[in-house]
Amino acid sequence: MKRQVASFGAGLAVLAIFFAASGHDPVAALGAMYRGAFGSWYAFTSGTLVRAIPLMLIALGFTVGLRAGVLNIGGEGQFYAGAIAATWIGLKLGGWPTIAAIPLVLAVAFGAGALWVAVPAWLRLRFGVLEVISTLLLNFVAEALVSFMVQGPLQESQHIYPQSDQLPLSARLPVLPGTRLHLGIMIALGCAVLVWYVFRRTMIGFELRAVGRGPIAARVTGGLPVQRLAAMALLVSGAFAGLAGGVEVGGVSYALYPNLSPGYGFTAIAVALLARQSPVGIIASAILFGALEAGAGAMQRDVGVPAVAVYVAEAVTIIAVLLADTFSVRRRNVVTA
Amino acid sequence: MTGPILELSNIHKRFGTVQALTAAGLVVRAGEVHALLGENGAGKTTLMHVASGMLAPDSGEILIDGVPRRLRSPRDARGAGIGLVHQHFTSIPALTVAENIALFAGWEVRPRELALRVGALTQRLNLPLDPAARAGTLPVALLQRLEIVKALAGDARVLLLDEPTGVLAPSEADELLARARAFAEAGGAVVLITHKLDEALRGADRVTVLRRGAMVLERETGDGRRETEEGTGLGVRSQELGVLTRAMIGEASILDEPVPASFTAEDAPRRVHVAGLEVARESGLGMAVKQASLGIRAGEIVAVAGIEGSGQRELLRAIAGVLPVFRGTREVTQPLAFIPEDRTTEGLIPELSLTENVVLGLGRSASWVRRGRLDWSAAKRRTGEMIAEFGVRAAGTDVPAATLSGGNQQKLIIARALERLPAVIVAENPTRGLDVQATRAVHDRLREAAGRGVAVLLYSNDLDEVMTLGQRIVVMARGTLREATAGASRSAIGELMLAGPP
Repeated sequence: MKRQVASFGAGLAVLAIFFAASGHDPVAALGAMYRGAFGSWYAFTSGTLVRAIPLMLIALGFTVGLRAGVLNIGGEGQFYAGAIAATWIGLKLGGWPTIAAIPLVLAVAFGAGALWVAVPAWLRLRFGVLEVISTLLLNFVAEALVSFMVQGPLQESQHIYPQSDQLPLSARLPVLPGTRLHLGIMIALGCAVLVWYVFRRTMIGFELRAVGRGPIAARVTGGLPVQRLAAMALLVSGAFAGLAGGVEVGGVSYALYPNLSPGYGFTAIAVALLARQSPVGIIASAILFGALEAGAGAMQRDVGVPAVAVYVAEAVTIIAVLLADTFSVRRRNVVTA
Repeated sequence: MTGPILELSNIHKRFGTVQALTAAGLVVRAGEVHALLGENGAGKTTLMHVASGMLAPDSGEILIDGVPRRLRSPRDARGAGIGLVHQHFTSIPALTVAENIALFAGWEVRPRELALRVGALTQRLNLPLDPAARAGTLPVALLQRLEIVKALAGDARVLLLDEPTGVLAPSEADELLARARAFAEAGGAVVLITHKLDEALRGADRVTVLRRGAMVLERETGDGRRETEEGTGLGVRSQELGVLTRAMIGEASILDEPVPASFTAEDAPRRVHVAGLEVARESGLGMAVKQASLGIRAGEIVAVAGIEGSGQRELLRAIAGVLPVFRGTREVTQPLAFIPEDRTTEGLIPELSLTENVVLGLGRSASWVRRGRLDWSAAKRRTGEMIAEFGVRAAGTDVPAATLSGGNQQKLIIARALERLPAVIVAENPTRGLDVQATRAVHDRLREAAGRGVAVLLYSNDLDEVMTLGQRIVVMARGTLREATAGASRSAIGELMLAGPP
């Protein structure tokens, strides 16, 4: 915990230096960021938390994979797969009651995420293709598919704009009155609890962890079908990202369009790494990164620093976390040598 | 007698909280084979790493030809004439013999020149090797020869051999000892690091014993060596054994006495039955086991002897169900417990706690798993009982398995195996790398299990262990399994190990 706080502090410190070096007042810029993220109830709920929701879901998925030893770098693509599927099904549910429409939209998004990662999972199972590469490459395919959809099958009725029609009211997630915070926050928190429970209290959670930590011992001593379990973890991982896409369409954008995600699929990897695979940690770190993204917009408006500057803070945070891990591992090794 | 060629005196070395060496020393004279004896963890390898420049001592002196030297790197040590042959091979499989030697010795020469130079070197050393062969294709004995050539490439005068015979067949080990002797007689010196008493007595002129990082004994092997060679003087030999054992383990000798083969009832139920078994190599290229038939009854301990790579590993793994059977019948009574040779990659997950490793090994049938839910407190409680019962020395059940010594890891693995109440135990090299006391504990547990009616099948690279533990001995040679006659001698079994196809 101390290490994570220090890492994030290092990220902010380097960001401040970056501001100063580029001729901006670091205090003013960081202040604007803070106000944009935490300055008011509305900023916190509608800026920070709304952005934290997809980060939380994708990061949870990434963690499920990582614990089982698979690196799903394709969260962005699976997010879009979920968003496409959610839009497609949501547009058909005009006359449905909300109570049925929302679960259906989310279930389809969940399934679409799993389906999108099924190809890398199969390639890994059948040919041993590294999922790091296949999931990453499918991100580009997913983005192209979104472009195709919003100019083709899912384009809005006027056929002018590259986006879909708006979802019917019945398929939209309820919103906390006076804010833009939607039901997705409960879904994300529920998923965090679920992931925590599975890894803490169930045999399948332990088996996945064993497969990730010691695949050979898991096979020889545990008698586990290592490759199948790893593929399963990859599917679950993709499903969470697909769910994030469905939640984003149903709760925020109500329509499909390109650049729906400001890189949530990649930022979520940073979220998961900062949380060091802890589901509870992911809640905190997703809110932190949500705040960075929300604050970045405010900073651009108020101080005129480009919002992309916050990526400096994200990058430095991650490097600091990884360095801290490396050093602590090295210290341990010296002691036991 | 000439002065010492290499002298290490009063060496201290600490790793974190572990004092690895305390006033350790070693005096090696030209023309001698010197055995460095000690239990696992006694500091033998650490001391050798100090002597070869890989580790800097915290304090103490290294004298070469009586001159104090500081060895800052292995290169320094090679320059001073000290060559170390590591316990684990360090050659690069994809490179040729010549390339490996050049890489190690830092030769920068053209390929043709290199072949000549390597040829000259192996000829001079009388250690023939094909310079063009890829290291990965060499059998173990030649790989080790390559390691020795590498160590001697820089005109070494002191050759440090770290546990060199562990991977060799008895005849190959004898040959190695003979070569060590020849190197010493030509004016060099050899330090033979070993935890095998017998080897030290047979191969060395003098012995230094380390215990807990300190030098506790240095003496000549006396007449023991020669008399043993002639097959006489057994009294002298066992006396020496006693002295050395007490020095190594620091208490009354508790040598593992062979137990007379106990009689297993003819009508005891058969637990393992394989016939006409063929098992493919793990690489998928060809058959590792070509012809094996074997029956094991409840309460029997069957030990497999064989030169490494003769198919015994695949035989055991096929019987344990870890490798698929290619052809033939395999009938095994469940539950079966498999004790793999490689503790830290196959038997345990080192980063996981003791409890987690127990949970891993017992799977879903364990009492702490109910409809997929895992009751960690029950698993932890049982693990605590197991480590108490089996004398596993550990700082609790939550510590990573990596923090245990090899012996304690193996005790945990055996405790876990017995927890399944197995009908059959299959164990690969169950005491590999363990010290005398841990070996004794493992043997006791396996015998107890057999006494309770478990059928035990094991193989060991240590022929003495095979003969001590096995009530029946079978021999694997080039993929073919043969049964040794009851009471067969060491040399008779050795001959079977080298036998060709039927």
